[in-house]
Amino acid sequence: MRSLEAVGCEVVFGIPGGTILPAYDPLLDSTKVRHILVRHEQGAGHAATGYAQATGKVGVCMATSGPGATNLVTPLADANMDSVPVVAITGQQSRPLIGTDAFQEADICGITMPITKHNVLVTDAAEIPRAIAEAFHIAATGRPGPVLVDIPKDVLQEQTSFSWPPELRLPGYRPTTRPHGKQVREAAKLIVNARKPVLYVGGGVIKADASPELLRLAEDTGIPVVTTLMARGAFPDSHEQHLGMPGMHGTVAAVAAMQKSDLLIALGARFDDRVTGQLNSFAPDAQVIHADIDPAEISKNRRADVPIVGDCKEIITELIDAVRAERETAKVRDLAPWWETLNSIRETFPLGYNWPDDGTLSPQYVIERIGAMSPADTIYTAGVGQHQMWAAQFVKYEHPRTWINSGGLGTMGFAVPAAMGIKAGEPGRTVWAIDGDGCFQMTNQELATCAIEGLPVKIAVINNGNLGMVRQWQTLFYGERYSNTDLGTHKHRIPDFKLLAEALGCAGLRAESREEVDEVIAKALEINDRPVVVDFVVGKDAQVWPMVAAGTGNSEIMAARDIRPLFDEDL
Amino acid sequence: MTRHTLSVLVEDKPGVLARVAGLFSRRGFNIESLAVGRTEYPDISRMTIVVSVDELPLEQVTKQLNKLINVIKIVELEPAASVQRQLVLIKVRADATVRSQVLETVQLFRAKVVDVSPEAVTIEATGTSEKLDALLRMLEPYGLREIVQSGMVAIGRGARSITATAVR
Repeated sequence: MRSLEAVGCEVVFGIPGGTILPAYDPLLDSTKVRHILVRHEQGAGHAATGYAQATGKVGVCMATSGPGATNLVTPLADANMDSVPVVAITGQQSRPLIGTDAFQEADICGITMPITKHNVLVTDAAEIPRAIAEAFHIAATGRPGPVLVDIPKDVLQEQTSFSWPPELRLPGYRPTTRPHGKQVREAAKLIVNARKPVLYVGGGVIKADASPELLRLAEDTGIPVVTTLMARGAFPDSHEQHLGMPGMHGTVAAVAAMQKSDLLIALGARFDDRVTGQLNSFAPDAQVIHADIDPAEISKNRRADVPIVGDCKEIITELIDAVRAERETAKVRDLAPWWETLNSIRETFPLGYNWPDDGTLSPQYVIERIGAMSPADTIYTAGVGQHQMWAAQFVKYEHPRTWINSGGLGTMGFAVPAAMGIKAGEPGRTVWAIDGDGCFQMTNQELATCAIEGLPVKIAVINNGNLGMVRQWQTLFYGERYSNTDLGTHKHRIPDFKLLAEALGCAGLRAESREEVDEVIAKALEINDRPVVVDFVVGKDAQVWPMVAAGTGNSEIMAARDIRPLFDEDL
Repeated sequence: MTRHTLSVLVEDKPGVLARVAGLFSRRGFNIESLAVGRTEYPDISRMTIVVSVDELPLEQVTKQLNKLINVIKIVELEPAASVQRQLVLIKVRADATVRSQVLETVQLFRAKVVDVSPEAVTIEATGTSEKLDALLRMLEPYGLREIVQSGMVAIGRGARSITATAVR
């Protein structure tokens, strides 16, 4: 516990249990560390993730051995995929009992080996401070990620002398942060020479706090910007150089820009399959500059012509100077024809939606209104599915760390606990969780935690009564055969989300028609003494568009069902 | 696919072998041979890993290995620029009628007999995997009763030391 205080930890999300008890006892006396008692360890893990993403600090969760630890598996895998600095501390059975199938014993280091950046079983009490310090260091530096520290009960109980700071012993861990000067100059040459360049911005730019530098680079060069799902907010949506989100449900303009590009400048992005579509037809004419702090990401999916390993903030800063220097000697390309093409696509295929024919409430409208009515510094999170994509599309993000979601693992149920963690880290700001009725039913018990701990988050349940994204695929690819996607939430009103919210100590509101939407959002924004849940009852047939169907190339993007804007063009 | 020999210096900590082996299997690579042992530094172990894999996936798996916190350094050893050895113990049927022929083969391969009984001899041999395969082929007609083989170990030729530069 002293180690946690010393390392600067302010909030811990967790649940005590037999083997972690010795660590919980001194927590009662700690004035520096606040513990938030969650209802399920998965909630602790996602809360730590939300906290870390919102604040840029390391998120901490704590659980007991066995089931407590295994309940952390999903959030750790989630944090690993999205490179979030999280430290998990788990109790373990006492050393003599390890390996005997003792009560609540699980080999959590073995279990989490593939889903953590690192993990360690501490076998000596004197090593606890070093283990904690190393865990925080590893989690927060280089490419961030989750680190698990497993401590047997008898080690926690031992008397030991405490000295701080401990010496870190990590001979195999030396992340590169300074980019190679020659690579930066090579990149600058390509940038100045390109006729159709695109800045392909990923979550790494947010993790490196490099948004101001990105803005400068973009404005210096006039190059169009696309921000991936993990990078929404890294570049202001209101900026005219911003073409929106690329990928499976990206804007036609962003997808087209990459497909037609002759130079992709990938910054802290990893060429994920949801962005590239079919790899061999992705951006076929583009050279690639790939800047990332993780050398293993470079040329993993798409070969890089100029690889740059380093911290995005340092890379972009050096790129700005290198591009300026290069422009003094080289002939600067006119990007006007490129912008002409892109602007015409952007104007022809703007993001939009149709109101459902059956007179039901449009989910996109609800999300758009939430974005429009909430304060400028509001932080949004989401579950996974249709509502997540709409939240990425129809809320306008102007600042980094205002959009926090589960991108890589796609963890349904992320929103409520993540919102809890975000609110704990940023208590002065409005926090909206845009959730689906499927997701919400996975983790809503954490609203009890929020109500009791004074974390007044706002939850918008985009309630279409179905597992909407799966239903959309069934509509499009499985002949409208709806196997097991109707949750019955509409048919039976089970659960009644308004009543459920009240039972959990929250305010429960509901909107079922267009007229009610603004009024209900305004009411939700006024309530700040407890969490609010708004049940937005929406139609079940709204779909997420545009869409690149799985397994197809990006040039086959459909702006809406059966409309393929790029299909017949000169690609 | 080509065969590659990787020398991996790791911290001597519990679970390191599982981490390395897990990484290979997780990314779909089959380890052909693996040897782990001490080095001249008490807290560093050395793994020699032989894998058959194409160049590009090998680069990816090497980068992923490098990300493991306990991995200190990875060097690929080219067969021409390194000495590579495996050890095999072979229990071969060899009664009085064929024993002299078996012993002749043993001598040809500069192997040695480490145990004898009326029906069988146990042979110890070291060498490259090609040499050991050849020896086994020669002995097969007599009846191989039992074979145990170590992983390959390898060291670069010349005066340079990969451990010395790693701990600097």
